[in-house]
Amino acid sequence: MDEQRRPHILVTGAAGALAQQVIERLRETCNLVAVDFREQVYLGDDIPSYCIDFNKRSFEDLFRRYRFDGVIHLGRIMSSQLTRMRRYNANVLGTQKLLDLSHKYGIKRIVVLSTFHVYGAVAYNPALIDEEAPLKSAGLSADLIDSVELENLANIYLWRYPDLNITILRPCNIVGPGVRNSISTLLGMERAPVLAGFSPMMQFIHIDDMADAIVLTYNKPQRGVFNVAPEDWVAYQHALKLCGCKTIPIPSIPPVLPKMILSTLKLRSFPSYLMHFFKYPVVIDGRAFAREFNFTPRRPLKEIFRFYRENKKPV
Amino acid sequence: MGLASFLKSRLIPAELDSHINRIRKPIGSLGYDPWGYNNEVMKYGFSLTRQLYEKYFRVEATGVEKIPADGPVLIVPNHSGQLPIDGLLIAYALASRETDPRIPRAMIERFFPTVPYLGNLLNEFGAVLGDPINCAKMLANGEAVIVFPEGIRGSGKLYHDRYQLKRFGNGFMHLAMKYNAPIVPVGVVGCEETIPAIANIKPLANLLGIPYAPVAMPVVLPAKVHLNFGDPMIFDDREIPEEQVTDRVEQVKAAISELIDTGLSERKRLF
Repeated sequence: MDEQRRPHILVTGAAGALAQQVIERLRETCNLVAVDFREQVYLGDDIPSYCIDFNKRSFEDLFRRYRFDGVIHLGRIMSSQLTRMRRYNANVLGTQKLLDLSHKYGIKRIVVLSTFHVYGAVAYNPALIDEEAPLKSAGLSADLIDSVELENLANIYLWRYPDLNITILRPCNIVGPGVRNSISTLLGMERAPVLAGFSPMMQFIHIDDMADAIVLTYNKPQRGVFNVAPEDWVAYQHALKLCGCKTIPIPSIPPVLPKMILSTLKLRSFPSYLMHFFKYPVVIDGRAFAREFNFTPRRPLKEIFRFYRENKKPV
Repeated sequence: MGLASFLKSRLIPAELDSHINRIRKPIGSLGYDPWGYNNEVMKYGFSLTRQLYEKYFRVEATGVEKIPADGPVLIVPNHSGQLPIDGLLIAYALASRETDPRIPRAMIERFFPTVPYLGNLLNEFGAVLGDPINCAKMLANGEAVIVFPEGIRGSGKLYHDRYQLKRFGNGFMHLAMKYNAPIVPVGVVGCEETIPAIANIKPLANLLGIPYAPVAMPVVLPAKVHLNFGDPMIFDDREIPEEQVTDRVEQVKAAISELIDTGLSERKRLF
């Protein structure tokens, strides 16, 4: 039959900018199917695209029809979107369904996108956090539980079903054109909130570099959990300055004060449960990933910030 | 000329600028390292510390050349004087030495990162949260690290306990052994007299969430400071029971004690 069968890959989170970058890189060599819970996106005639809830039975039909070899699971509802309950259903239960189906249909390779938020922002964090560090986030905010649970679930499947070849990626802040997460929104603003007197170290990875990292990961079936971050660091307020943002300081002591202010304002880009990420550093060590997958990010911080500076006013 | 560049030209002369720039540091494209050290901010800190070091405390440093020119090294002094002035002066002594200057990293108390402005500023000057993982990663990076094994037991002690070494933790010895880092003991004399405290109001300290609340004059006295650096001590990385690790710690403690005695005998007057 078709000896030279092109790999069939399911990509989730297709409406996101990152998934679309990954799809661009793989469409020449692979047969892709794109899904998203939020909306159906048109990705060209060669890529079937679906708007589907993983928890619905019809999701299994995709596995029957397309006989996938691999899954790239990027569809994670970010902590700034939807309610806690709906996020839990989509991120945790939805991922479980996806992994169960992957096991049932003999998938050989899965890449799961997590986030550095799982480590949690606390004052006593050392810098260059390793992959084996405890995930403190769940204890700090109920709004980040789904991120940690998603990871735990992927970890259980990683060890229980080694044939799935699961790799979990924990990237630092993903930024760049088209990215809609909270940090990217902040960098793009004219005036961005900061906690007075706090400017934690941060790491940023360009969306194109991250897409490269995901493709590299998919192509090398090395199981495990990896941080993804370039070896470059900048303080939050300095990053804002380089993006041409003015800062709006929010009083930071006593600690209940900023929490109260942020809960009242309900800013989508600066929610109260992410407050500590703008107070204490969460600097991860991406060297294991760089070594294992031979990854070198190519877009320097200055280039990333120039993009935000030059695109302050949408045309 | 803007205010910022005017201040910079006054505070940071060209020779200082080039002095700092020639010190090799593992920093990223914007001048930061993972712990928040910043090369540009550091220059201001260096310039201000120079005034304190030369004019205010009139520091006399002996043996600073004994600190190796490169590779991991732990600098272990006695701790005193309520504020971490001792760490600052030792760091300046090493950063300003003529041959092979290095910018050491000081491990600081755990409550500093929660203090607005000050926490960030200390990080930019190269101070780092006193966490064993931080220390290990920095030694692996080949940095010179200042640790105070007495911790707040040393800095918070009262004037009548001056120059008595408090209990040393063993953590620094384990790290030195694991990363083959020589230990350079330092005897600091004079910092005890900068902020002499007669009592510690513990309930107030608990209320404010700070390590101690000393009863002292609200000024830093211009005591003359002597820094005596000892010969590097090298410990192998054999697997040994904790008891023997404690013995090694006692050796370091004894060396520091001797260096303090040397400093006290050299000192002619307090101020």
